Amino acid sequence: MSKMHVKMNVNGAEVEGLAEPRTLLIHFLREQLSLTGPHIGCETSHCGACTVDLNGKSVKSCTVFVAQSNGAEVTTIEGIANADGTLHALQEAFREHHGLQCGFCTPGMITRAYRLLQENPNPSEEEIRYGISGNLCRCTGYQNIVKAIRAAADELNATREAAQ
Amino acid sequence: MNAEVASVEERKQNLKGMGTARRRVEDARFVQGKGNYVDDIKLPGMLFGDFVRSPYAHARIKSVNKEAALAVPGVKAVLTADDLKPVNLAWMPTLAGDVQMVLADGKVLFQGQEVAFVVADDRYAASDAAELVEVEYEELPVLVDPFKAMDPDAPVLREDLEGKTEGAHGPRRHHNHIFTWEVGDQDGTERALADAEIVAKEKITYQRVHPCPLETAGCVASMDKVNGHLTLWGTFQAPHAVRTVASLISTIPEHKIRVISPDIGGGFGNKVGVYPGYICSVVASIVLGVPVKWIEDRIENLQSTAFARDYHMTGEISATRDGRITGLKCHVLADHGGFDACADPTKFPAGFFNICTGSYDIPVAHVSVDGVYTNKAPGGVAYRCSFRVTEASYFIERMMDVLARKLEMDPAELRIKNFIKKEQFPYTSALGWEYDSGDYHTAMEKALETVKYKALRDEQKANREAFARGETRSLMGVGVGFFTEIVGAGPIKNCDILGLGMFDSCEIRVHPTGSAIARLGTISQGQGHATTFAQILASEIGIPADQITVEEGDTDTAPYGLGTYGSRSTPVAGAATAMAGRKIKAKAQMIAAWLLEVHDDDVEFDVDRFVVKGAPERFKTMAEVAFAAYNNVPPGLEPGLEAVSYYDPPNMTYPFGAYVCVVDIDVDTGVTDIRRFYALDDCGTRINPMIIEGQVHGGLTEALAIAMGQEISYDEMGNVKGASLMDFFLPTAVETPVWETDFTVTPSPHHPIGAKGVGESPNVGGVSAFSNAVNDAFAHLGLTHTQMPHDHWRVWKTAERLGITA
Repeated sequence: MSKMHVKMNVNGAEVEGLAEPRTLLIHFLREQLSLTGPHIGCETSHCGACTVDLNGKSVKSCTVFVAQSNGAEVTTIEGIANADGTLHALQEAFREHHGLQCGFCTPGMITRAYRLLQENPNPSEEEIRYGISGNLCRCTGYQNIVKAIRAAADELNATREAAQ
Repeated sequence: MNAEVASVEERKQNLKGMGTARRRVEDARFVQGKGNYVDDIKLPGMLFGDFVRSPYAHARIKSVNKEAALAVPGVKAVLTADDLKPVNLAWMPTLAGDVQMVLADGKVLFQGQEVAFVVADDRYAASDAAELVEVEYEELPVLVDPFKAMDPDAPVLREDLEGKTEGAHGPRRHHNHIFTWEVGDQDGTERALADAEIVAKEKITYQRVHPCPLETAGCVASMDKVNGHLTLWGTFQAPHAVRTVASLISTIPEHKIRVISPDIGGGFGNKVGVYPGYICSVVASIVLGVPVKWIEDRIENLQSTAFARDYHMTGEISATRDGRITGLKCHVLADHGGFDACADPTKFPAGFFNICTGSYDIPVAHVSVDGVYTNKAPGGVAYRCSFRVTEASYFIERMMDVLARKLEMDPAELRIKNFIKKEQFPYTSALGWEYDSGDYHTAMEKALETVKYKALRDEQKANREAFARGETRSLMGVGVGFFTEIVGAGPIKNCDILGLGMFDSCEIRVHPTGSAIARLGTISQGQGHATTFAQILASEIGIPADQITVEEGDTDTAPYGLGTYGSRSTPVAGAATAMAGRKIKAKAQMIAAWLLEVHDDDVEFDVDRFVVKGAPERFKTMAEVAFAAYNNVPPGLEPGLEAVSYYDPPNMTYPFGAYVCVVDIDVDTGVTDIRRFYALDDCGTRINPMIIEGQVHGGLTEALAIAMGQEISYDEMGNVKGASLMDFFLPTAVETPVWETDFTVTPSPHHPIGAKGVGESPNVGGVSAFSNAVNDAFAHLGLTHTQMPHDHWRVWKTAERLGITA
């Protein structure tokens, strides 16, 4: 199958490559760009392990063709950390509150939570639960994930207030 | 003289040893997307494999035409059984003593069975070509219902076994019969039932489910033709066993095979077995001389890569009128699918199902299990379970409720009345297990008090009255469950897999500057071994956990072990870790005494140092001793500070717990709201409370999934219904309730640190608590038992059958 020229901005860097138009975004990220943070868990957009931020929205990259993401701005788990290289408040909170076990859902979960907290900086527990309901976890039972996201929200809000 | 010494408490805190809620060392890489799972591995020249799978459940293969597939650009090979026969790999041994087709040899026995393996430059070309392999099938009669498997006119599934009256586990009495396994006193049990004042009988099915870890199974095989070495990365819960099996079936010498389990995205028993994808990848790499990767997709995983449970249990339990149990009988029809690929210790074709007397002092019991073949996927793995203990626990906990109903007795009261008493431990059960320790009464009392059990029953009474008056359409159910697990397989004398005794191991090297590395025969799939095993060692040898690297999963470096499943890592490898640590400590003591110029017996260990007895100001820290081990050891002692322990446990461990679940059921929709779930676990000594709590949360969520929705079911043609995440129930954060956890501590008397293991307890104990709650909601209307899963439809059907729907 003939290949197309793909360009996009991934984690702040302009990247390009050749790919069949039908190539799934997750495969382009993982195999051509070696960004193996996002994972493949179901290929039917149910589990959310492949979640990335695409043009400011949480998207399951296993059901997006690379042709559809041409020219897009993409953020993966590899691009979540702070500019100075320190961990993002969410990454710290997941560690602090035991919000992960096998780690397979974690990149998608954190990437989703990263967008959720921009959509709703002060979510209730129920809003967090609905907000991450597109991301499945088989290990944690979600309780500590919810706790971690809530703690990160507090941390980010405190930092924001201090800055103002 | 040394400088001022920090307090014992401060020094203990510095170690982050046992009992500390230590943050996990694994997490730094996972939260940054820097885990290394098998699909992340990329080798130069690597090809991808993909399967052609059978659309039929039972069919003869007339022909396979590879031509169109081989014409797809990028396709390098298409393997069928005929290609595997010359190397004797068309069939492979299963863990249960059966054989299984690697690729369909003449016929297929289940939908989704592997028929051909396509290898291509990338996964897209492999997938395209797999579509083009032409397979001509001739459909055969399909056997789906296990209860019809042994009918005289049932179709012959396993032609390779035709005429064989002896199987791996004794006589076979029908062409679809695999084994009969029985244990206990049959005559005594029959007498107890015949003489009983009360007998309760029930048919209880534990449906076919699937562990469904978020990462599917896969591997990368790389054969180096120059030096004859095979490296195999894969999602293996038992890498050493995979190496031995690979050597036995490939004839590659074991020292030339290196098996590596990288990070594993959840296992839950799904990654214990050996699957056709592994064999095909190895063969393809040998044939083509380049690395070959195979990663199954989710539908393939659910359809073909093992299953769990599928136990059809008929039970009878007898008691005196005042509720003293006098006997228990159970017959199980076990649906094993097309091949017996159960992952149980060799001598236990039905696993540890004979733990089914549960937590109760039952004087006499008898269990028999018949395994049969059907046209379904093979498996029978322990889904967060220690070899059929979940089935056993579900069985006895449902039977207790059924009996309580018949006795018109409170189910909690019936349990308390029949508990094995604290002073009876070690307790030998009627079916032959020696329970190591327990304090069931204390655990149950704490649970009932915490949930205010009596108040719940009062509220339920009021709810039922209000329902009868038409004031509410919601019914309240209270589920009480008490479980005893059997984990930590196991003593070599009765537990082996394919002849490999189920010991486990730890090797420790202390470096000159006082840090250390420990390697184990187990492999974490999310349990946090790198964190907790370092904590065990920190407490044992006085080196801070933060200065101990724990490494697992590489057979070239780790000592031989049997892997991680059946909650065996802490009971077996955890014990090996403590024992290896004690060897280190014994040598360190000699070195410390030498340095302090006193006799060995005149120094004692004090958290992180050895002190001269009676002169606490004279001491040598472990760091000082470590350095001396490499330059100043007593005459006659070898330098270095290393130890290895291969631990064969004297017994299994028996964690237990008391769970209470409260549900509210909308009878007009069947929607079941989990109002409250309280879980008290006693796993003996607690190594890391944070991790224990996390394990309980996760296990309860799996129990919720099984009890309330999971099922791998088949239509009459043997088509798998719903093998995708569209249909197979994995709870989201919305359906999952908030879990309340609690604990008591009853250490194991035979384990070096008293730990029992916890990973599977919440799955084992959780399922019956949910199910008991749903059944309890309808108990006053005469319901004794409904089959799982309790999804909305089934619960609504129950309400409809009872005549209470709108």
